[in-house]
Amino acid sequence: MQAFDPNSLRGDLVSARFEPGPTEDKLILSMGPQHPSTHGVLRIMLELDGEYIVRAEPVLGYIHRMHEWMAEQKTYMQFMPNMGRVDYLHPMAWNWAFAGAVERLMGLEVPERAEYIRVAVTELNRITSHLLWWGAYLLDLGAFTPIMYAFDDREKILDILQDVTGSRLTYSYFTIGGLYGDVPDDFASRCLAFTRHLRSRLPMYRDLVTDNVILRGRCEGIGVMDVELARRYGATGPMIRGSGAPVDTRRAEPYGVYNRFDFHIPTYTEGDAMARYMVRLDELVTSCDIIDQAVANLPGGPIQTKVPKTIKPPKGEASFAVEGARGKILVHVRSDGGPKPYRVKLRAPGFSNLHVFSELAEGTLLADAVSILGSLDLVIPEIDR
Amino acid sequence: MSQLSQLIEEAYTGLKSLVIGLGVTGKALCEPGVTVIYPKEEVDNLATFRGHVELIGKDDDPAVARCVACGACAKACPSNCISVLCPVPVKEGEADTGKLGPAPQKGSKTPAQFIVDYSLCSLCGQCARACPVDSLRFCHDAYTVAFDRKAFQFELVSRLRQQAEQALEGGEE
Repeated sequence: MQAFDPNSLRGDLVSARFEPGPTEDKLILSMGPQHPSTHGVLRIMLELDGEYIVRAEPVLGYIHRMHEWMAEQKTYMQFMPNMGRVDYLHPMAWNWAFAGAVERLMGLEVPERAEYIRVAVTELNRITSHLLWWGAYLLDLGAFTPIMYAFDDREKILDILQDVTGSRLTYSYFTIGGLYGDVPDDFASRCLAFTRHLRSRLPMYRDLVTDNVILRGRCEGIGVMDVELARRYGATGPMIRGSGAPVDTRRAEPYGVYNRFDFHIPTYTEGDAMARYMVRLDELVTSCDIIDQAVANLPGGPIQTKVPKTIKPPKGEASFAVEGARGKILVHVRSDGGPKPYRVKLRAPGFSNLHVFSELAEGTLLADAVSILGSLDLVIPEIDR
Repeated sequence: MSQLSQLIEEAYTGLKSLVIGLGVTGKALCEPGVTVIYPKEEVDNLATFRGHVELIGKDDDPAVARCVACGACAKACPSNCISVLCPVPVKEGEADTGKLGPAPQKGSKTPAQFIVDYSLCSLCGQCARACPVDSLRFCHDAYTVAFDRKAFQFELVSRLRQQAEQALEGGEE
């Protein structure tokens, strides 16, 4: 047996073997786990030269829950509630990705009403996710009040979603072939009232935060990522749109009924933390536009196709991509014809987005690392699934 | 000179954004609060809230559940938090010990005990979906609080009986 050589692991991602660089006067700082700005149990090993970051390595694995393995132990329907736990801020998109993959595998046609409701609730959920990110990011940067305003508006969506799904965080509203239940009669009017309300609040957001000199000073020109870097790491969602590439799964590979809606995909070319911030704020308006169109054209009819009692898709594999709040979500399902999936692979956007951090943080100040990390919009259970 | 004018400009924009920000928060200070002060007030939008599951009584006898003890809910549950127990049929020559076993059991069409462990439940609704006789629904109780984990193991058959008795008493008064 070969002798263990610790030098062979230099630069390895395993934190215990994170060694200082060639010069000796460097400080190794472990940021997190449970650091307030890492938004979960993420640990970042930093090598500091004074206040400047020489090297940064994210370390994962503190809440690994084996979602992919659990999928192989449960039937297709039993695995559905798990998808809400993968990304607790945008569970609808994950539910849709899994339900869509199984529907594609079985060749099921989802009723039109269900598709429209899926679009509306997913976009509502995207707004909640962006609002929470907005508040939490500013909390990282030292502003406390904005999260209160964000939660005030988010609460209104949660009330709508609670009346629709019965729950406030982990909805499990989607089923294979449709939806769990129909929406209440006043769903359309409440959605329209909400989008009108949110549009009226956005100028306040701009006055309070976006135009604020402190935010501008901490975000502008920080963590600049060009399109090539984003593509190299597979960064998606607001990350790559902040770098100027209009990459959006809703446009690129339309799923559901998204090709029937007219909406604008916001892009900014700066590629810094401020650009990613602006993309997310503009996406609130995009989501409002889509919700308005979806609930205005809500067709009647059933919300669930007939599916067999035990779902047994035929042999084969299928994948389904969805645009989540953080980027492209992809679920790949492989079936061997049995009641349980043979293999489920989840492609989480946060995982790709996080690993750009190593390159973005190099050469910046320690305080800038927080504003870069916040602008990535991390949800750790999704990265560490 | 240009340095000085830059300094003055920075101070001006900084002060301007400070005043605008203070204006927003000051306006919000005068608006009524949006939170519910819990023990004094309670939220009123619980009509479709998903609490733990509960049994639905028969139309003609609300104290007896519609449940036919088929065990489909327990089979569908992803978290294994439901156990439907029925009397185990007594073999010939053995004494009846009153032993309970998981449904389905031969010859029993009603559950003797229907236990839900709410501390494990993920509120996905698979049990209510799987029920062939529509005997399960979500209760709208959002305020289940206890110090002991065992307090969340609900026995639904006796709970339904209690509810029916309470409703009867309430009706008589």
